[in-house]
Amino acid sequence: MSGADGVVVVGGSVAGIRTARALREQGYDGPVRVVEAEAEVPYDKPPLSKGSVDADACVPLITLEEAEALGIELVLRRRAVALDADRRRLTLDDGNVLSFDHLVVATGLTPRRAPYDVEGVLVLRTLADSRALREAIARSQQVLVIGAGFIGAEVASLARRHGVGVTLVDPEPVPMGRVVGTELGGRFAALHRRHGVDTRFGSTVTSLVRVGDGYRVLLSDGDVVAADAVVVGIGSEVNVGWLAGSGLLVDDGVVCDERGAALRAPGIHAVGDAARWAGVRVEHWTSAVDQAVCVARSIAHPDEPAAPAPPAYVWSDQYDWKIQLVGDRDVARLPEVVEEAEPFRLAATWHDAEGRITGGVTVNWPRESVRMRAALARGGAA
Amino acid sequence: MPVLKADLAACQGYANCVVAADDVYDIDDDGVVVLLQATIDEAERTRVETAARSCPVSALWLEDA
Ligand SMILES: Cc1cc2nc3c(=O)[nH]c(=O)nc-3n(C[C@H](O)[C@H](O)[C@H](O)COP(=O)(O)OP(=O)(O)OC[C@H]3O[C@@H](n4cnc5c(N)ncnc54)[C@H](O)[C@@H]3O)c2cc1C
Repeated sequence: MSGADGVVVVGGSVAGIRTARALREQGYDGPVRVVEAEAEVPYDKPPLSKGSVDADACVPLITLEEAEALGIELVLRRRAVALDADRRRLTLDDGNVLSFDHLVVATGLTPRRAPYDVEGVLVLRTLADSRALREAIARSQQVLVIGAGFIGAEVASLARRHGVGVTLVDPEPVPMGRVVGTELGGRFAALHRRHGVDTRFGSTVTSLVRVGDGYRVLLSDGDVVAADAVVVGIGSEVNVGWLAGSGLLVDDGVVCDERGAALRAPGIHAVGDAARWAGVRVEHWTSAVDQAVCVARSIAHPDEPAAPAPPAYVWSDQYDWKIQLVGDRDVARLPEVVEEAEPFRLAATWHDAEGRITGGVTVNWPRESVRMRAALARGGAA
Repeated sequence: MPVLKADLAACQGYANCVVAADDVYDIDDDGVVVLLQATIDEAERTRVETAARSCPVSALWLEDA
């Protein structure tokens, strides 16, 4: 089923490209256009913080030949600047106006820099960022990483693997505390130290000044450290500013139902990091892919909607640890079950009052993480 | 019949494939994918291919034999 104007996807990263591909896989035969602000052929993001400094991290999400063969029109280097949801018109930065039967918002995030927006300070979200970061690590002796979340931890790990000194600063007492809790977070702190990182948890950067080719950094613990490069990984803003005045309901992401249909805006959907489905906005790759498949199905087969999304899942590779997080973890509480084995692996699970699993963490134990995801998909029974 | 292929060296044990189709994909104790079927029924292609595409490192694909 398709109308003459077809589907316009705004944002050509994993959520947007997977939506376009899934539309074709599910037999949608109308026009499919993907509007993407960047000039690069769409590429994937998880590799940008992984692998080695010497290897380029470009993993394409689609090639120009595939796009052509699938009848997906890539409108690169064009930014959507305004949407009229009622009249189903999308305005691009070159003044072009696209009409559509369905619009899919997949505009993702922009990393936050403030208050560390000093000349040359690096963030990591795009391929260009990743190339600049790799160059910076390669010519540095000492790198300062601000923020010990997923991005900061993976950047620290990338730099250490290259033999570069790392100072890692985070105001929280332990890294990853928000996603695994304080007790397990302590193990992540030890992981950084074991790999030679100068960890400064519970500290903040109170002043960051450019000196010559590098930086002079004053920490709240009173120390002054020097760095050749500074990387900031302190979270992101949702790219929804262009939707001002569109008529869409936006509240830290496009507000959608449990299958990604924008509320009160027929024909409009949102997927990936910029979408809030049933009250929850997730910033992970697997959710973006699951949501893309679900929305493509609603568009291609409105009478046979997809099953609700599987439990949340994210992986992170830090040093020699393969970390996998599933479901919901009430990290204010300790996990009920913690299992460890040699060579080192760990699995921790959280349960509800009825003893059903709600979520878990594994390190170097993919099988166990699969078991948890399967149990969650069954409603939490063991 | 489509033939299932895996790049075992590329596999990182992220295991999205197993969650999507556990009758076709499994994971061993070292966290490497195990293919439970060598060939796939044409009728199963879409489901198995969707599971393959859920691999974050593109370690899985179908080939036409
Ligand atoms: C370095 C890094 C490592 C990661 N590692 C992992 C990991 O190990 N595991 C995991 O689960 N997740 C990981 N993630 C998260 C995962 O990559 C994201 O969840 C995913 O990229 C979200 O995809 P998206 O398409 O929704 O948004 P994005 O990837 O942010 O893409 C949005 C796209 O929209 C474009 N855009 C924005 N505004 C406009 C506009 N107005 N007009 C046109 N185009 C526009 C942007 O240029 C961009 O290409 C990582 C992310 C990063 C940055």
